[in-house]
Amino acid sequence: MRLTKRATAPRRTCTKGEERIASLITCPHCGLRPKEEFTIRGDAGPVRPAAGAPAQDFFAYVYLRDNVRGVMHEHWQHTGGCRRWLVVERDTATHAVYSVTDAALFTRARAKIARTSTELPAARPTRKGGRT
Amino acid sequence: MKYSAFSIFRQALSGNRGWKPAWREPEPKSHYDAIIVGGGGHGLATAYYLARNHGLTNVAVLEKGYLGSGNVGRNTTIVRANYLLKGNEPFYSHSLKLWEGLEQELNFNAMMSQRGVINLYHSDGQRDAYARRGNAMRLQGEDAELLTREEVRAMVPFLDFDNARFPIRGGLLQRRGGTARHDGVAWGYARGADSRGVDLIQNCEVTGIRIEKGVVKGVETSRGFIACNRLGLAAAGNSSRVAAMAGLRLPIESQVLQAFVSEGIKPFIDQVVTFGADLFYMSQSDKGGLVFGGSLDMYNSYAQRGNLATVESVMEAACSMVPAVSRVKVLRSWGGVMDMSMDGSPIIDRTPIQNLYINCGWCYGGFKATPASGWCFAHLIATGAPHPLTVEMRLDRFERGYAIDETGHGAQANLH
Repeated sequence: MRLTKRATAPRRTCTKGEERIASLITCPHCGLRPKEEFTIRGDAGPVRPAAGAPAQDFFAYVYLRDNVRGVMHEHWQHTGGCRRWLVVERDTATHAVYSVTDAALFTRARAKIARTSTELPAARPTRKGGRT
Repeated sequence: MKYSAFSIFRQALSGNRGWKPAWREPEPKSHYDAIIVGGGGHGLATAYYLARNHGLTNVAVLEKGYLGSGNVGRNTTIVRANYLLKGNEPFYSHSLKLWEGLEQELNFNAMMSQRGVINLYHSDGQRDAYARRGNAMRLQGEDAELLTREEVRAMVPFLDFDNARFPIRGGLLQRRGGTARHDGVAWGYARGADSRGVDLIQNCEVTGIRIEKGVVKGVETSRGFIACNRLGLAAAGNSSRVAAMAGLRLPIESQVLQAFVSEGIKPFIDQVVTFGADLFYMSQSDKGGLVFGGSLDMYNSYAQRGNLATVESVMEAACSMVPAVSRVKVLRSWGGVMDMSMDGSPIIDRTPIQNLYINCGWCYGGFKATPASGWCFAHLIATGAPHPLTVEMRLDRFERGYAIDETGHGAQANLH
């Protein structure tokens, strides 16, 4: 999912243009730390559907990925430090890191957008059509 | 031109001035019966088998760079068929059989070397797992031998058998496994396909897929629109990007895998040996360089280059398994973009769009699969029905709950 700039605004540690290579990560709690301290979970885009959502939504959440060439949001955990879950905004073509946000703040900001906007975030395209 | 000892002799007498290019460089036609997107190993093999097995010769392979410029030129060249699950093993078994006759078939030296693949184990639990895997392989008709520690020692005496943390207890050997010259495979298939009339079009990037009423009509490319009846995607690490042109989202994440080659040394390691304590594999090329690699860099990447932390961990694994290599110098390293699927197994299937077929999700095991992948994908494109060997490698298997998960890691692409 593509987030608006508003979603990642809180606790931005560096802004776009201030590119940093991915070997040093600015943890919002611990400061500048080597990348090896972190464990990477993957794409932070998919949002877990509500408990009663159709199976199709859960399939898309668990399995389908945008797999962008460019900027994506990822879940990283600072396993060698504060152990907080973070959302890292990173370019998959250049490995440049643009921002690091605490995952709780990221999720709250995203939920706020979802409440105030009609088009985000549930409107992810899903693969349609039954197949044999 | 057929390559033979006689042709080498004759060319030697004429100063080697009579060699012809191995394939043509045709201009794209306006229409093809089938187009394959991706001129790597799988795409070229598909084109070859479309012509050879199905008589479909009005075929084009579109490649955005040069032939074999992707993962077929960036792997550690290992050929094996040591899978566990029934959705996978028959397919890889077929692939290994095709490898065995490949050079005669293509009249091209792919330097296929069945030197044996040894997977080391370090614990009772790992031994049991390999015994089970070996039995599954034998049930499929493949060769597998469970070696004791002393049997491994007789073959590869210089391993660190008494490593304090991961002592070597034995290994699982597949004698028919080995290595092949990766570029040679791509060139052999390219030459074979070209000689049967397939157009190999390089420097031709697909920029869009034209679909009308749910049916594929052709592709927009950097060299103009090309119409086709059937379209096959074999774009490896870029599969998600190409599929997105047709509005599809795939259960794929692209991740970078690094590989390394050392300076040339005297014959040292005769087999392909894999470490059981970490993901690490090593063999020696005919030039003498040690060829080895490890795990993914663990994050999504299209960069074809990796991180130093992974380099360090691979070197550590190398020195843990074979302490003797600690002073061998590394010459080069490189990275390839892996199409990591959500269960670690590939996808060869139709798509919801008519006449659009997809071949992806090879993770970092695509090289060994090249012949069978081409064989089965060609069957799918030519007949519209999945080949019997790929009936489980369906695109919708995740949705139906029939993932083929060899390692049991679940939907976490970077762990497969």
